[in-house]
Amino acid sequence: MAMKISTEKFKERVDHGIHDQFMRSAVAGAQDGMGYKRKVVTTDELENWEDWRNHGEEIRQHVLEHLDFYLEQLSEHVAKRGGHVFFAQTKEEANEYIKSVVQRKNAKKVVKAKSMVTEEIGLNGMLEEEGCEVVETDLGEYILQLDEHDPPLHIVVPALHKNKEQIRDVFAKKLGYTKTSKPEELACQARVTLREKFLEADIGITGCNFAVAETGSFSLVTNEGNADLVTALPKTQITVMGMERIVPTFEEMEVLVSMLTRSAVGQKLTSYITVLTGPREELDVDGPEEFHLVIVDNGRSDILGSEFQSILQCIRCGACINVCPVYRHIGGHSYGSIYPGPIGAVLSPLLGGYDEYKELPYASTLCGACTEVCPVKIPLHNLLHQHRINIVEKEGKAPVSEKLLMRAFGLGAASPTLYKIGSKIAPAAMNPFTSGDKISKGPGPLKAWTDIREFPAPNKERFRDWFKNREKGDN
Amino acid sequence: MKVTLFATCIVDMFQSNVGKATVELLERLGCEVEFPESQVCCGQPAYNSGYVKESKEAMKKMIETFSDAEYVVSPSGSCAFMFHEYPHIFAGDPVWEPKAKQLAEKTYELTQFIVGVLKIEDVGARFEGTATYHTSCHMTRLLGVKEPPMILLKNVKGLKFTELPGKEQCCGFGGTFSVKNAQISEQMVDEKVGHVEETGAEYLIGADGACLMNIGGRMERLGKPVKVLHIAEVLNSH
Repeated sequence: MAMKISTEKFKERVDHGIHDQFMRSAVAGAQDGMGYKRKVVTTDELENWEDWRNHGEEIRQHVLEHLDFYLEQLSEHVAKRGGHVFFAQTKEEANEYIKSVVQRKNAKKVVKAKSMVTEEIGLNGMLEEEGCEVVETDLGEYILQLDEHDPPLHIVVPALHKNKEQIRDVFAKKLGYTKTSKPEELACQARVTLREKFLEADIGITGCNFAVAETGSFSLVTNEGNADLVTALPKTQITVMGMERIVPTFEEMEVLVSMLTRSAVGQKLTSYITVLTGPREELDVDGPEEFHLVIVDNGRSDILGSEFQSILQCIRCGACINVCPVYRHIGGHSYGSIYPGPIGAVLSPLLGGYDEYKELPYASTLCGACTEVCPVKIPLHNLLHQHRINIVEKEGKAPVSEKLLMRAFGLGAASPTLYKIGSKIAPAAMNPFTSGDKISKGPGPLKAWTDIREFPAPNKERFRDWFKNREKGDN
Repeated sequence: MKVTLFATCIVDMFQSNVGKATVELLERLGCEVEFPESQVCCGQPAYNSGYVKESKEAMKKMIETFSDAEYVVSPSGSCAFMFHEYPHIFAGDPVWEPKAKQLAEKTYELTQFIVGVLKIEDVGARFEGTATYHTSCHMTRLLGVKEPPMILLKNVKGLKFTELPGKEQCCGFGGTFSVKNAQISEQMVDEKVGHVEETGAEYLIGADGACLMNIGGRMERLGKPVKVLHIAEVLNSH
């Protein structure tokens, strides 16, 4: 799977999303449940949560301002520990490098811990073409992989749209599972199957939540412990990270990991925080013999220094997705990208281009719920707005009818005379469409409004007329 | 105290009752209200759609219109917030940035002005009925006005108040979003209407005409009996 997850048009995807009642109720339930838990462990339990947010923002901004320094420091320390570092400018370069490792090792079996960046570069597709068996070991990802590579609905809870009965059916079909849909039994089946995969794997591939520049370490946050096994058992390990996912020291990592787990799933900590530094050393009992760190740019350098730089502060907690009222009704697949919700609507056009994703910045009411909840204070709704400005003013990709309408608006709204005439004649102009005090079948752009709602008929006496007459003593 | 009213185009053209109530309320609270005729739209519809160039001319007109005002008060959190955005929009412009800043500093949403500047928490209103309140996103999140409407409503005699479930969720208006992404907007407003119904309230009160037009318009289409009122109308009842 690559970043793009659908060939359908935006409207078609939205239509499917809206008509998927099961998915919608799962999303609403998850948003409400995770939202409640997040509130408990952030603003309720930590009186100074705002200070945390300020600190989180400060850490991320500092790293981005000195990214070249920290990337170099990280690379040096990984190399010093005997690891190999590869800096990939493009997704193709990243895949080529990983392919070369796979070929050299003559690897046939790969296990993976959950990673968004490997989805972004389409790594699994390449590995499968190379004849490798690739197994996702995060339970949610594993279910989706078995279910004919169904795309993730969410960056933290990828299989949010599957219930236990559906999972049982997938397991029955693909694994010969014969037991019930009890979550414990399903998890047990996954555990048995995956344990074999861990033991057989030639290569383990992980993403990276935060790399620690000072030591050349990297951390992974999971609730299942699968990242421990991916990094402990196979002889070769490859870690793939977006180039911005660095912290200077363990001190900052501790702050951000805590903010990540609280914001993502409303937990003070997840069950496992895996931290690893380079390949196995002489006295180590486990760990890889060979370690590769692939640092992926894939468009991030272009974002750096642009008006969108703050999006690189993201720690992938998905809190913005969990509060988004648009995501709530259309779900993750409607975004057409592995990155859905507000973060996806900002990031996908940057990484994948406006031709592919120009509708996403408009799939928002600019209500600001995302900005309010973001633990590292990314002004998400402002960035969505910035995309709109770019689409209109730099790219010229706005529809012609809209451009004409907005030009007319510009003229009318800026001229008190035109504005006054326009508002004065509005009742007469709207008269053919008006019945009583409402318009039920509006013309032009109003049609989309009145397809759903009544629109008020313009007042015969405008407020300004009333005020003027009143001053004259008529009222 | 002299107050210059920024009525907003929605109130001027579609909700003149709200404008009247705002004027009468402010006068009852001891203010002298003026309404400069040259006011136009604040530019938000075009600006939020990405048309900065087209909206800037309207903004300049508004800055000039209100340049002599002592206090600018608006019965809309969203439109008042737009004035607060002007300094960012004109950032770096040696002529307009300082003027925009001046305007932003003296602009208040109606309830924010009553509670924060006039220091009045009980406007002496009486309104019989059960009501719930819709918290508009721009007013609460962007302008940061959360408490004032609740403080004022709490002191309205006769008003029985029920909190709206899911009140932090957007109603699905979003300016041009409501027509550009009408299908999504419909789902959002339907959930909001459902929540309003759950409260069993007779009235839905709000402080932003646009949200009320959206929720009210949908409730009317669906034949729901809930009546929609702007907070100025409630506070002006006595």
